[in-house]
Amino acid sequence: MSEREVLELLRENARYSTADIARMTDLEESAVEATIESLEEAGVICGYQPVVDWDELEDERVRAEVELNVMLDRETGYGDIAERLARFPQVTALRLVSGDYDFDMEVEGDSIREVSQFISEKVAPVPEITQTVTHYVMTSYKENGIELGDGDDDDRLSVSP
Amino acid sequence: MTIDLSERVESVGPSGIRRFFEIAEERDDVISLGVGEPDFSTPWAARDAAIASLEQGKTSYTANRGKRELREAISGYVDDRFDLEYGADEEILVTAGASEAVDLAFRAVVDPGDTVAIAQPSYISYEPGVIFAGGEVLPVPTREEDDFRLTVSQLEAAGAADADVLVICYPNNPTGAIMTREDLEPVAAFARENDLTVLADEIYAELTYDGEHTSIATLEGMRERTIVFNGFSKAHAMTGLRLGYALGPAETIGAMNRIHQYTMLSAPTTPQYAALEALDTCADDVREMVEQYDRRRRFVLSRFREIGMPCFEAKGAFYVFPEVPSGWSSEEFAETLLEEQGVAAVPGDVFGEGAAGHLRVSYATGLEDLKEALNRIEAFLEEHEPIASSADP
Repeated sequence: MSEREVLELLRENARYSTADIARMTDLEESAVEATIESLEEAGVICGYQPVVDWDELEDERVRAEVELNVMLDRETGYGDIAERLARFPQVTALRLVSGDYDFDMEVEGDSIREVSQFISEKVAPVPEITQTVTHYVMTSYKENGIELGDGDDDDRLSVSP
Repeated sequence: MTIDLSERVESVGPSGIRRFFEIAEERDDVISLGVGEPDFSTPWAARDAAIASLEQGKTSYTANRGKRELREAISGYVDDRFDLEYGADEEILVTAGASEAVDLAFRAVVDPGDTVAIAQPSYISYEPGVIFAGGEVLPVPTREEDDFRLTVSQLEAAGAADADVLVICYPNNPTGAIMTREDLEPVAAFARENDLTVLADEIYAELTYDGEHTSIATLEGMRERTIVFNGFSKAHAMTGLRLGYALGPAETIGAMNRIHQYTMLSAPTTPQYAALEALDTCADDVREMVEQYDRRRRFVLSRFREIGMPCFEAKGAFYVFPEVPSGWSSEEFAETLLEEQGVAAVPGDVFGEGAAGHLRVSYATGLEDLKEALNRIEAFLEEHEPIASSADP
């Protein structure tokens, strides 16, 4: 139970200190530390990253959602193709999905040219891949459960009964 | 010439909170722990339903008692959550906030000269409400050593046996106290023995962090003498939409409706659509908000313990009620804290008797602000330690 609670708090804000998590859950700080460690060791927690609103930065960051269709054969399964694709650092997310296409792949790069080249030179030529459809991200409104852009101002009265 | 104001109005001063608000508003770097409303927005589904109702032009009056569908939904909800069984036809009145319901109840049951006992510390509107209705206020202080629960000995000591009406509010604003069934039993017995009408403000019922909320109206022999107030402001984060309701015996609700139909006509229509949706589909949003409040509550209680400010374990609403160090009045402490550290918390005194020497700290504020505010209070205590310990001669 405490595992679930700690995980939930870290998903809310991975930078909560273990002391603050302990205060919020009434657990001992050492118990919180142990829980996090065991979640990391078990591979439940695979990493910690900030949620970035790229529009707020001057540097361009190009991201694309790529639909992939694949043809399997006796020697090659989804896992084999996924493994091959996931090794490219340009691929930031890769999921097998239901529906009209097989893989949903997210790709990041510094320019449209770089991302396009990556898809045409590294992804499309993979023999099992029969089709790619690339969607460039134009604007992002929400990432990892966090709404981007200016937050709502707190317009409540500063003191009220 | 000047217009001659009524004695009733002139006998009621502006609220102590108002004065404190004005001081706090003068600064812009203030972290406020003084806010008596949720920091969450109304669940989107409820807002969306309100918008849709506007798009469809649903802007006429509703039935005096509120939309029938909404009363049916309220009837189902209070039964499901709090075992309160009230019929949609005659026993539920939808009002412009629970505040209107409280005012209607005072006007419906208080005759000039009637005594209304109020368990204090309490929300600041009960006293003026009684006075506007022509009644006399009898404060019944609760005590920190009782965890701010109302006890029969406090009722007896205050002379509440001779009162006509008793007002209670649990989970409590400003203390965060709750009362369990066991705590309520003797109070209910006292009310039955002394033939008191009970007005139970249960606006914070959903915000109960230890066990389930018990309504005094569910205790034996209490339904016929109790009016329960609840609403959407706190649990559903709908303060500005102004929607509440009263539950009570048909005759009492009918009397309140008689005032309501002449003065308000019907509660605002758009919020009624929001409220209907809130009851239909927003239980998870409520649960999520309650979970967040509970975490903050634990956090704030832990921090007050760590910095050495005694604070009883509040288990409801979104307030804790720490004790200011000896040598300070709560007002002095609150004003100096605001001035020196830019942290606003409401001095307990404004909430009536039994509140002296305390601060109302609201945790309806994001965790980052709570952290910073508590750090500033810690710094404040360190700076003033010598004064605090040597102030008493």
